[in-house]
Parts: sequence; structure tokens; C-alpha cells
Amino acid sequence: MASATRPRAPGPSRPLSPHLSIWRWRVNMTVSILHRATGNAMAFGAVVLFLWWLIAAATGPAAYATFYSVATGWFGILVGVGLTWVFFQHLMSGIRHLVMDTGAALEIHASQTFAALTIVGSVVLTALTWAAIYFTKGI
Amino acid sequence: MGTGTEIGRVRGLGASKSGVGHWWLQRVTAVANIALLLWFVISLVRMPGLDYASVVLWLRQPVAAIPMLLLIVSVFYHFRLGVQVFIEDYLHNEGTKLLALLALNFYALGGAAAAVFAVLKIALGA
Repeated sequence: MASATRPRAPGPSRPLSPHLSIWRWRVNMTVSILHRATGNAMAFGAVVLFLWWLIAAATGPAAYATFYSVATGWFGILVGVGLTWVFFQHLMSGIRHLVMDTGAALEIHASQTFAALTIVGSVVLTALTWAAIYFTKGI
Repeated sequence: MGTGTEIGRVRGLGASKSGVGHWWLQRVTAVANIALLLWFVISLVRMPGLDYASVVLWLRQPVAAIPMLLLIVSVFYHFRLGVQVFIEDYLHNEGTKLLALLALNFYALGGAAAAVFAVLKIALGA
């Protein structure tokens, strides 16, 4: 029987499982890290801009004009394009995770292929979105 | 379930003490986010402009305000769950972790409340 004491966190004397510096770099590792990075970028970046946009619209024309001038300036467009890619990368990678949750696409080759395709998909969708904005709005 | 024995406490709840609730809600909100955010992005791109009048007129329609309220709940819940795991993975000091989780909950709930209020003010305002 196991003793009543709970297992402790491994100290420096205990072996650690192999981590980033041990494995050969693969695209699925990049996509895994990007999933977490893009998620956090949206939680603290896109969410704040989303709140600014909504609260400005609820406050009135003057508050909205401030948001609008920043959002349609060159820096606003740059952040907008960046966050669009961040959104689509998290979306594509998230769909991959939902597929893998079913037990599918976990084999090495399928895992790598679909990981690479999330990056292709996010870049293509970002380009299509901004092409639509450019050709319909002329921004 | 769980009348004091080790196995009783583990059954259905596991080491997180909350079962699969976190994992499952992350998936539920993920699927909701796919539908709601694709609607949101397509709506923004299709709007005549993103100026004040266009946005306010758009949000006054129930067909825009209701999905927006659902989007706010789903998105804020989803990132609350995601950032919680991020904090639990990288902050090992119990005190720092507790404060970070507290701050995350206040940020997510406070932000969601402000966003919901803004949508309701526009949608129900004269």
C-alpha cells in the first residue's frame, strides 16, 4: 500500500522527463507553442481592444471617434492584421485539437501534416480577410 | 460518491478535484466560439463601414445584439479557462499563483460585465 504522505514535486535530484531542449524540433511543437501564445495574446490584447471598441460605441460619437482614428491609422491596421492572423492561427490549431480529442490525426505523419496546415490556413485566411476589407472598404 | 476513502474521493473528481468540468467547458466554449467568432468577423467585413453610426445601427438589431451577448459569455469563459491552465503551468509559487488566478477571474468577469453592459446600452438605448 502507498504511504499516507502525498508525492512531492520532484527536486533537483530526481530525473525530469525530456523537454524542449531534448527533442528534435518539429512543426507540431511550434504549433503547440503558438496555440498557447496566440490564446494569451488574444486574452490580453484583442480582448482589451474589443472592450475599447464596444465601450466607445456605447459612450458616444466623440469617444468612438478616438477609437476609430487609432484603429484606422497605420499602427491600428498593423495591429489589426497581426491579431487577425493570431485569431485564425488559434482557430485552425483549436480545430486540430478538437479533431485530436476524438483520437484522430495523432499518428506522427498526420500530426505533422495537420500542424503545418494550420499555419498555411491561418496565413491564407488572414490574406483573404484583409483582401475583402481592402477591396470593399478601400482601407 | 466519496465517503472518505482515497478511491472514493478520486472517483469522478481526480487530482483537480473538479472532474472533467474544466476540460469539457473548454471544448463547449471552443465550439461556440468557432460559430460566433466566424459570424462576428464576417459581420464586420460585410458592414458598410466601421464608423459610429454603422456600428450602433448594427448593434441595435436583435439579430446582432443577441449573438454578441452569447459571444461575450463564450469568449470570456473560454479565455478564463485557457489562461488558468497557463498560470497553473508556469507559476509554481502558491501565493503568486493564487493572486494571478484571482486577478484573472476579476479581469474576465469584470471585462465580460462591461462588454455586456455596453451591448445592452446600445441595443436598448433610445
